[in-house]
Amino acid sequence: MLLEVKNLRVSYGNIKALHGIDFQVDEGEIVCIIGANGAGKSTTLRAISRMVEVEEGTQMTFMGKDMLKYKPEKVVSELGISHVPEGRRLFGNLTVMENLKLATFARKDKEKIKKDMERMFSIFPRLEERKNQEAGTLSGGEQQMLAVARAYMSAQRVMLLDEPSMGLAPKLMLSMFDSLAEISREGTTILLVEQNARLALKFAQRGYVLETGNLVIEGKSEDLLNDPEVKKAYLGG
Amino acid sequence: MTFTFFFQNVVNALQWGSFYALIALGYAMVYSILMLFNFAHGDIFMVGSYIGFGVATGLLYLVTSGFIPLPHWLVLVLTIVISMFLTSFVGVIVERIGYRPLRNAPRASAAITGLMIGIILETGNLALLGARRLNFPSLIMSRTYEIGGVFVTNKKILVVLVSIGLMLALDQFVRKTKWGMAMRAMSYDFVVVPLMGVSIDVIAPLTFAIGSGLAAAGGVLYGIAYPILDPYMGILIGWKAFVAAILGGRGSIMGAALAGFLLGFIEIFVAMIFPSTLRDLIAFSIVLAILTFRPYGFFGKPYSAKLRL
Ligand SMILES: Nc1ncnc2c1ncn2[C@@H]1O[C@H](COP(=O)(O)OP(=O)(O)OP(=O)(O)O)[C@@H](O)[C@H]1O
Ligand SMILES: [Mg+2]
Repeated sequence: MLLEVKNLRVSYGNIKALHGIDFQVDEGEIVCIIGANGAGKSTTLRAISRMVEVEEGTQMTFMGKDMLKYKPEKVVSELGISHVPEGRRLFGNLTVMENLKLATFARKDKEKIKKDMERMFSIFPRLEERKNQEAGTLSGGEQQMLAVARAYMSAQRVMLLDEPSMGLAPKLMLSMFDSLAEISREGTTILLVEQNARLALKFAQRGYVLETGNLVIEGKSEDLLNDPEVKKAYLGG
Repeated sequence: MTFTFFFQNVVNALQWGSFYALIALGYAMVYSILMLFNFAHGDIFMVGSYIGFGVATGLLYLVTSGFIPLPHWLVLVLTIVISMFLTSFVGVIVERIGYRPLRNAPRASAAITGLMIGIILETGNLALLGARRLNFPSLIMSRTYEIGGVFVTNKKILVVLVSIGLMLALDQFVRKTKWGMAMRAMSYDFVVVPLMGVSIDVIAPLTFAIGSGLAAAGGVLYGIAYPILDPYMGILIGWKAFVAAILGGRGSIMGAALAGFLLGFIEIFVAMIFPSTLRDLIAFSIVLAILTFRPYGFFGKPYSAKLRL
């Protein structure tokens, strides 16, 4: 098992966001976590990135290593887990190229960096056209491409994606998921959280349903797509 | 007012503004990445000046006693460089002990800590060296040139050229290197920076180091221009540089430098027209008036920082 999470608990002050959830992600998989607003999806990804503190009793291992010993920047640079955060969070004052270069800050593998950069530009040619433009002036779709490319440049063993479909027109949404599928085919494991359950389940092989801090259903995507409860609550009947 | 009188004051203002600018840079850099004002920064300028005193005295001793035959210009350059280097460690220690533990604390705690560190540096200096004032050793022979009736000393030229040189170097550093890029990224959204694999515990001390090094350069140049040092010399000049940083636009690094020069000009020209006892009052009224019309300073942007992921 690549990533194994047991009894994950997170609170923000008095607000309990995750009540002890268990899940795993295997090498090469695409896994999604779906759930409504405020269910705790983003919190789950933040916990893996070590961007929020977890509570006593939480266990997280990655390739057998105890993740709780890692600082956020080491999760990226040493474990190889990148994170496309909610709302993209690009550096709007930096150019496209600078955003991508900054993501390679801790990397030493110059040749591979060059290759990865070329790879991203071939998946997202728009970024190459706009490489000297400030990220803050990109369109919403271009920003989402840059957010994914930037994360890929930082680490590519696993990518954590927080609502990559958000704010995209349907056509762009589909092409974004095609690009993600391509990245996945080249060996990157993907853990995705989405409100758009149908899209996420069509893309992923397995899924979890998160409800107010608890994982209530898990299974193969096609099973979830046919599950009456999931259909009723998340797929519009 | 004659033309030469005017230009004479321009020259003076450039020198005076150089000190403000060099100090203001440190305020602005730290603010831009951590959103806190390091109120000990004026005292770091003072420490830099004293370290410069020590380095210069040591080097001059080595030269006059014949241990190392260094030319005079090299003593000057080495004094500036070594003092900047040593003072940058003071900045690193201040960050590590004073501010890092408070990174998620309310901003007022950081402000109080800064004032406290300032007091420690002042009284530490007093305890170590006593209350007597020190004379900064003379590193260059004063020479005055007359250009069309305007008198310019070689010291003033040195102060202004070194300051501008350091500012241009900093500008290149911030624009071209990966550390500079990380600083700019932090100024935009410091919460996500670790997700780029960048450790804030590397960028923050580096920023303090650079800011302190620049303040030390200011301190050494100040010692060359006004060779009397005392432990409280950093307070007023530090506050004024802080005002310059605000005037430049919170977090705008080059804005702070430009505003430092502007403040120098305002003060010198106010003193040219009004009695010098009113200088600070009138100069600060002008600054306040500017801030009324440009509350974010010249280059600051009204933005709300995102404090969490
Ligand atoms: N920084 C925070 N401080 C306090 N409460 C928070 C914070 N972040 C999240 N929460 C709360 O924790 C719970 C889970 O939030 P989270 O952002 O993980 O939800 P989500 O599933 O990603 O929702 P959405 O689909 O709206 O993005 C919510 O009740 C939210 O209000
Ligand atoms: Mg969310």
